[in-house]
Amino acid sequence: MSAEKMNIDVSYVAQLARIELDETTKQRLQSEMEEIVGFVDQLGTLDVEGIEPTAHAAPLTNVLRDDKAGTPYERSTMLANAPATVDDELIKVPPVIPGEEEA
Amino acid sequence: MSTYTLTQAAKALTNGAISSDELTKNYLERVKSVDSKVKAFLSIDEEYILNQAKASDLRRSKGETLSDFDGVPIVMKDNIAVKDLPCTCASKILEKFVSPYDATVTKRLKEKGMVMFGRANMDEFAMGSSCENSGFQKTCNPWDLERVPGGSSGGSAAAVASLQAPVALGSDTGGSIRQPAAFCGVAGLKPTYGRISRYGLVAFASSLDQIGPLAHDSVDLAAILDIISGNDPLDSTSLPDQATNILESIVQTTPDDLKGVKIGLPKEYFSGDGLSPEIAASMTATQKALENAGAQLVEVSLPRTEYAIATYYIIATAEASANLARFDGIRYGARTEHADDLMKTYFETRGNGFGEEVKRRIILGTYALSSGYYDAYYLRAQKVRTLIRQDFEKAHEACDLILTPVSPCLPFKFGEKSNPLQMYLSDIFTIAVNLAGNCAVSVPASIDAATGLPIGVQFVGPAMGEEKLLRISRAFEQIREQKEFIPNL
Repeated sequence: MSAEKMNIDVSYVAQLARIELDETTKQRLQSEMEEIVGFVDQLGTLDVEGIEPTAHAAPLTNVLRDDKAGTPYERSTMLANAPATVDDELIKVPPVIPGEEEA
Repeated sequence: MSTYTLTQAAKALTNGAISSDELTKNYLERVKSVDSKVKAFLSIDEEYILNQAKASDLRRSKGETLSDFDGVPIVMKDNIAVKDLPCTCASKILEKFVSPYDATVTKRLKEKGMVMFGRANMDEFAMGSSCENSGFQKTCNPWDLERVPGGSSGGSAAAVASLQAPVALGSDTGGSIRQPAAFCGVAGLKPTYGRISRYGLVAFASSLDQIGPLAHDSVDLAAILDIISGNDPLDSTSLPDQATNILESIVQTTPDDLKGVKIGLPKEYFSGDGLSPEIAASMTATQKALENAGAQLVEVSLPRTEYAIATYYIIATAEASANLARFDGIRYGARTEHADDLMKTYFETRGNGFGEEVKRRIILGTYALSSGYYDAYYLRAQKVRTLIRQDFEKAHEACDLILTPVSPCLPFKFGEKSNPLQMYLSDIFTIAVNLAGNCAVSVPASIDAATGLPIGVQFVGPAMGEEKLLRISRAFEQIREQKEFIPNL
């Protein structure tokens, strides 16, 4: 691994993660993240040549079930926690494109 | 009465000494008496609880008990789904969420007639080692109310420790059952990864999370393990094996079972000044007790120990960033009222709904997976994980179980570990086990004379080694000098 220092830009990453941060929080997180990333960078010192990654502790792959359709839950059950619904059938969501509801 | 273990409570019910109604009422009285100080519970629905107890008594009167444990209460960590009860994960973003279904573990406990007894406090989304990250309240250590109970299953541990229930379920991703168990003077088991279905457990890090029991001793841990373990078609990461059936074996254990057992001491865990003197003293006393009982101590090595925390905090946060993406204000959970378009809804809902630590971890995980950094961080960490797993496999060739401390220090005071990285570093003894996927148990070992605080030790077994693990921890419970661990509340 090259010695080039990886820099974390909390503002940019928060955008990716869709989390709004105020300025104070952003600055505090920036310095905390730099310290933490500096710590995890130590993994770069290990030789991992030829090592297979472990995605899962359990040695399982491609666990499938029978391709049979089912409806385990009623619609009303699935909508019970929705913040807003329409006709007890649909989840009401904000406009995807700002201003489109005026069209 | 409230010193009943799960085993004692079950026996009393079977013998007719007490009814489930009386038993649960006793625990509810205890809650009223101590939980204003301990604050272990986020919610507790008395009517719901007493209805279950009455149903149990009715079954018993008809000779239709579902199991030996029919009618015994069990506390559930608030990230495990119980139908019609809250499942907040101690987060504001799920403050009003009510589970529409039962987790598989819930279903299995209900099938045995156990009484769902309240929702336990935790660190938000299981991210933390002190319960200080709960979005709602701080749980206090029953042994010293100014100290943390540990985390993230702090509420579960504190509830059992303060005798508000005989047993609880928690979840363990990096030590979140074992560390609070040690801090609160109770026993806690992290089963082999894949033993317990994760269906109905709100996911934090899917390749590391495991549900497990907290109780007063290894017999009770085994009883719950037998009930909740086993393959589940609803969890494709669950192992193909059926439920364990080890309770009888653990009940039959005697100190003689320690004769000839090889206990491995990882040299990397005992070198340097990583341990506080109290912990070091407790470890020494534990080793002596085991040796006197006929066990053989052998030195083993876990060479990649120093990389475990970094590896964990990349993998766990990366997986968490993906698992928590679903909390977007759309289908369930909180939704910001102030946004007039979709994007703003995401940003504000998540910005307002998640606490500090959760935000920290999502950001770290997102970074580790982002374009240009994936290979350097996530992929690399997964490779180091393989090395760590191999370290454990090799160590277990030389010993039956590995013995380690649980925490490098005694339960700390609120606010003492305010630096996030400092908090992460205290996970050093528990975290590698989740990466490797092995089973491990934390049992109380001693009480520190100066502070009166409990100290736990950890036994780590090979994958699928729960029977051997709990036999040995049970035998240790029988030989350790301190017999009971009950705080003065």
